[in-house]
Amino acid sequence: MRIYAICVYVFLYTPIAIIALFSFSAGRSASQFEGFSTQWYGRALSNPFVMDALGNSLFVALVSASLASVLGTLAAVGLQGIRGPARALFDAIIYIAVMIPGIVIGIATLIALVTIFDVVNPWLATIWSTSEKPIRLSMGMGSLIAAHTMFTMALVIIIVRARLSGIEGALSEASADLYATPFGTFSQITLPLIAPAILAGFLLSFTFSFDDFIIAFFVAGSETTLPIYIFSSIRRGITPEVNAIGTMVMVASLILLVIAQLILRRSTKS
Amino acid sequence: MTQSVRNWLLAAPAGAWLLVMLVLPLSVVFVFSFGERAPSGGYVPAFTFEQYANLPARFTAFKNTLLLAPLGTLAALLIAYPLAYQLAVRTSNKWKTLLLVLVIVPFWTSILIRSYAWIFILGGRGIPSLLDVIGIEDMRLINTQFAVLVGIVYGYLPLMVFPIYVSLDRLDKRLLEASSDLGASPLSTFSKVTLPMSISGIATGCMLVFILLMGEFLIPALLGGGKVFFVGNALVDLFLQSRNWAYGSAVAVMLIIIMLVTVTVYMRLISRLSVQRDDAPLM
Repeated sequence: MRIYAICVYVFLYTPIAIIALFSFSAGRSASQFEGFSTQWYGRALSNPFVMDALGNSLFVALVSASLASVLGTLAAVGLQGIRGPARALFDAIIYIAVMIPGIVIGIATLIALVTIFDVVNPWLATIWSTSEKPIRLSMGMGSLIAAHTMFTMALVIIIVRARLSGIEGALSEASADLYATPFGTFSQITLPLIAPAILAGFLLSFTFSFDDFIIAFFVAGSETTLPIYIFSSIRRGITPEVNAIGTMVMVASLILLVIAQLILRRSTKS
Repeated sequence: MTQSVRNWLLAAPAGAWLLVMLVLPLSVVFVFSFGERAPSGGYVPAFTFEQYANLPARFTAFKNTLLLAPLGTLAALLIAYPLAYQLAVRTSNKWKTLLLVLVIVPFWTSILIRSYAWIFILGGRGIPSLLDVIGIEDMRLINTQFAVLVGIVYGYLPLMVFPIYVSLDRLDKRLLEASSDLGASPLSTFSKVTLPMSISGIATGCMLVFILLMGEFLIPALLGGGKVFFVGNALVDLFLQSRNWAYGSAVAVMLIIIMLVTVTVYMRLISRLSVQRDDAPLM
């Protein structure tokens, strides 16, 4: 049994180790190790396309995870007090959001937004016909943030609600009996208790958005995110540069994971 | 401001966002699936079932998905279960958390990069060249169904281990001792106590993996080399290459219908299984 477990860990970590190993190869070939070098890290970090894509990915992940955490938490709190068919409909939509494959979300958002933009853009052009630069809606960072926020917000609602259902009730009633305003109850009782769930939701959202390829592939228009860059360079032929980028991304997400773990542990202790 | 108005105001932004970015786009896909392709690509309004009648043209994509998604789920389950069991039942508390985190860490790194690693391992200079040394020549692994299956199991194994671990960890270990004290063989302890008690974890893990596999695009794209493609790959082709929105929408609607049907049947089956467990004496 123990040997079996070791085999599974070898299976899980060999591919990751191979990526990291070949990122230090000196040669151009990504399948033969030709001496140790860190040149591919230097090349990746000085490649403007890589840095551009990284910047886009970080921006989209940060904005959509923040929006999702705020809107998702507000909705989870509000939904606690909503009953009846409206609540059932809301729940069903959240369920659909996490069930539908990312690829279907991608194509659906693409054709819906392109169709809407085709209708709206001539309008906008007539309204702003006097200005030099008419506003034109098109697929890009905005549509990508909107799509990622939709999906990650559903995740945050589910996570925060699970935590809320464990605490709500007696505590907030007691708080109200002691003449706390609804806002006071929320900020002093509910919020500190659900903070770890919100943080977990934020991190999950950030990671999802940062790693997402398939929704971005359809919705990002002409913008490039890091996963899109990696995918297209794999298609062009593999060089150790992709390994270097992959290794850096893995190390970065590992550090993020450890930090999150430390914060969560501290908050549950207090 | 009454309480119910306040609750609605809190939920309204999220609700509006979901309506515009989920309900509306999915409705558009549904409507477009009854339309026609514009000569230059895109969509022309119409009401026809032509796109649905043409679905058999993409039969291979559906066949591959419906073959490899359940097969991949099953393979992941068979590999994950003994590991989850080892971690939850046989490992001391000191090591448990660390070993579990080690299973989950790969899942937090991009699936794109992890699948890419298998291009090396299964490619000409990877395992086939090692097999060459021991005399097995010209073994082709990359761009086969086997490669896609390996990629699937590798990608989604953590997602399978975690729920099974949780269900086994909750299991009262004294039940296992009681069972063996009462003379049950290890095999019957497993089949009569351990397995029924972990059925909820198995159900959750299988469902998570299966749902994600049904919409998979990346793993077949990278490891199937255009020879083994899923419905997801057909969708990318239809929307980004041939720009046949109406037909692509019909394919997407069909995919969702198949998913809904299989998941519903599956849930029924699982709930029946757990009802049977509740009826069992002493449980």
